[in-house]
Parts: sequence; C-alpha cells; structure tokens
Amino acid sequence: MLKGRHLIEPGDFEIDEIESIMQLADKIIANPEDYSMVCKGKLLASLFYEPSTRTRFSFEAAMLRLGGQLIGFDDPNTSSVSKGESLGDTIKTIGCYADIAVIRHPREGTAKLVSQYADEMPIINAGDGGHEHPTQTLTDILTIRNYKGGCNNHVVGVCGDLLFGRTIHSLVKTLNRYENIRFVFISPKELKMPEHILTYLSPDCYTETNNLDEVIGDLDILYMSRVQRERFVNEEEYLRLKNYYILDKKKMKKAKQDMIVMHPLPRVNEIAQEVDDDSRAVYFKQAKMGMYVRMALIAKLLGVEDKND
Amino acid sequence: MINVSKLKKGIIIDHIESGHGFEIFKALHLNDIDDVVVLLKKIPSKKMGQKDLIKIETDMEINMNVLGLIDPNVTINFVKDGEMVKKIKLSLPKVVKGIMTCKNPRCITQYEEIKDIKFYLVNEETRQYRCEYCDAYTTFIEAD
Repeated sequence: MLKGRHLIEPGDFEIDEIESIMQLADKIIANPEDYSMVCKGKLLASLFYEPSTRTRFSFEAAMLRLGGQLIGFDDPNTSSVSKGESLGDTIKTIGCYADIAVIRHPREGTAKLVSQYADEMPIINAGDGGHEHPTQTLTDILTIRNYKGGCNNHVVGVCGDLLFGRTIHSLVKTLNRYENIRFVFISPKELKMPEHILTYLSPDCYTETNNLDEVIGDLDILYMSRVQRERFVNEEEYLRLKNYYILDKKKMKKAKQDMIVMHPLPRVNEIAQEVDDDSRAVYFKQAKMGMYVRMALIAKLLGVEDKND
Repeated sequence: MINVSKLKKGIIIDHIESGHGFEIFKALHLNDIDDVVVLLKKIPSKKMGQKDLIKIETDMEINMNVLGLIDPNVTINFVKDGEMVKKIKLSLPKVVKGIMTCKNPRCITQYEEIKDIKFYLVNEETRQYRCEYCDAYTTFIEAD
C-alpha cells in the first residue's frame, strides 16, 4: 500500500511496490484517457529550490494529465524562503493547502528533512544535491522493462560522473535489488563511484575501469551521464573532465546489437548527436517514460489509481 | 608519580588512550560541574605504555555514547562507599543521536537548525558513521 507514503530514496519502496507502480504506468501508457480525471480536485505543490526544466515539467505534466492542479515555485527568491523562513515552516504551511508535494533542493538530505515535517502530505524527492533522485530511477526502471523485457540478468555499464551523479547512485542501488545484475563502472579516477554506494554492493557484482572502449562490447545497457559543472568547486577540474567520454558511432560499432543507451538528460557532449539515430539510443524515449511513471507514482501515493476500476 | 586520594563515591574512567583524556573531559562538560574532578595524563601503564584517567566525585549520569565515540576502549568503574560496585567496558554505539555533526559541506544539516541528528555506525574499525540525511560518512573526532 503506497497511499500516504513518502518517496525520498528508491529504498523506501520494496521491489514489489516498485513493480506495482510500473504496472500502473503500463496501464496509463495503454489507456491514458482512463486516468485523465483520477486526480480531479487534488493539488500538487511543486517546490523547486534550484533550476530544473525536465523534472519539473515532467511532474507538472503528470499531475495535469491526471486531472489535478498545481501550486508552487521554481525560483525560491519569489517565495518566503527569501525572507529567511525555515524549510520546516514552509512545508507545514504548504501541507495546509496541497495534497502532495514534490521538492528539488541543492542541499543533500533536504527531502528527508522535509518529510519529517509533512504529517499527511506525501513528499516526493525530485533531487537533493548529489544525493538521490528516485523518480529518475523509476523512469529508468520503466525504460529498462520496456526495452529489455525486464530488469533481471543484465550487464549494466554506468559511465561518466559516478561521484556526483545522483541519478546513477539511485539507479545502482535499485538495480542491485534485482536478480543477476552485474555493473561495470566506467569513470576517470577523480569521479569514481563513492564508497557509500559501493558498500551496498557485493564486491563480485561490479568492476571498475576508466576505459569505455574496452568494455562496451560486454554491456546489455550503457547508462551515460553528464559531468555536472554545478557540482565542481574548481572550474579547471570541470573543464579537464567534461569531455572525458564521448560516445560516438565508432564506439557504438563495438556494442551488442541489442544494447540500449540511456541517459538521464540533459546531455552536453558525452553522446555525439550522430548516435541519436541509432535504434539502440533510447534516451529521448526515456524522458517520455518519466512522465508516465510520475503519473503512476502520484496516483499511487494519493491512493486514486483505482478510481476508474 | 602524583598521588590522588582514593575515591569515596563517583566514577573512574580508566584505560583512556593517552591524549584522549582532555577530549573526554570536554565532551562530558566536566568543567561545568561543581564536583571534584581529577584528570591525570600520561600515567605509566603496563598494558598501554601510557594512559589517561579521570576521577569524578559525583552522582551524575554519564553519557556513554560520547565516551564510546571518543575512546571505545575505556573502562568505567562506579564507586560507592569507597568500594568499586560496577565496572563496564564500552563499545561503539550503533546509533548516535544529537552528538555528532555531518562533515559533508553540501548536507542540509549545515544550513538548517536540526535537533538530534542521527548517525548510524557503518564501520567499527574506522569508526565511521552515516548521516541520516545525506548518507555521507563521518567520524566523531573528524566532525568536530
């Protein structure tokens, strides 16, 4: 039962609960009109303390497509935050108005803190600094299910910024709960997977390398990520590392015919545009999956998914 | 060797690793209590080479969490009527609440006033704890 629950990190939900969200997402994809009014009369608070287009639009489109409505901000300078209000006070107040809230914040652990102030309003973490981004994980899981037939028995290459990549941390921890998953972590040594993620994994289920060319032929899924300028204190370091990996046609030739390429987007240079036409590139389809999975999540947390049954 | 008279009632914190005595003195806020407190540093010890020791003539309760964090190998002796009535050895607490601070500069706990932040023990050997909010690892000594 997911009604009334918070989603702060993917580990908050059991695999069968995640599966139930995926099944609902499948139903919504098949018959979106059946769900177009299930959130009528419900209000989603969209609290974006740092810039985001994709995730915010995805959540807002999801709520509107369920027949619900929105309040919120995408610039904290226009809210009472600019007057020095604490997060706790902001959330307690918003809890008086909204039925569910989505929060993105640059500080790590914010969503968890906020959930402690929200007694009756489910909180969805839409990204807290370099920490977690669980709805991107749900998006990724739905994409893998759709394009690889399920989430078990895959060799998953994760490439790029593994140190600060919150989408990657959330995905790795979640995929690790499925059966027979082997990870290949591909990064420069400065951006290696942090210890607190590696401790979740059995040492025999992952390998680490800095050479994408050497391992691309082994992969069933290649998850690319952007080196994020905003996570670096030192600009020179960012410039040195930002183009470390560029996936192009030449590299794709070495990959399996049924490997899929995923990316949480936005992309900068890490995937050459020439790869977009490759049928194995699913990153734009992945973005659409994101809206459907967020529709399913919102409906589940509000307990309205069966309204039409 | 300096002699300190036998304690009639109170607590003796023994087998403190040399150099940690003052840390414990500060962490227990012993400067703030009115009772007699003695801190002995660098006492010759057969087992440890050198050790620190604290004697407190008091009925106060000790926060074991703090002691376990600073030096899990200390021994605490409780004394009543000049006799030792209880002796306990410490270990690292599994969960620490309200004592540690997170060292991650991007953690929300650095920016919002949050009481009783919990830290969960992840590695006894390295004495590392995980912040309940950002999951970053930290240790008690490093964090403060």
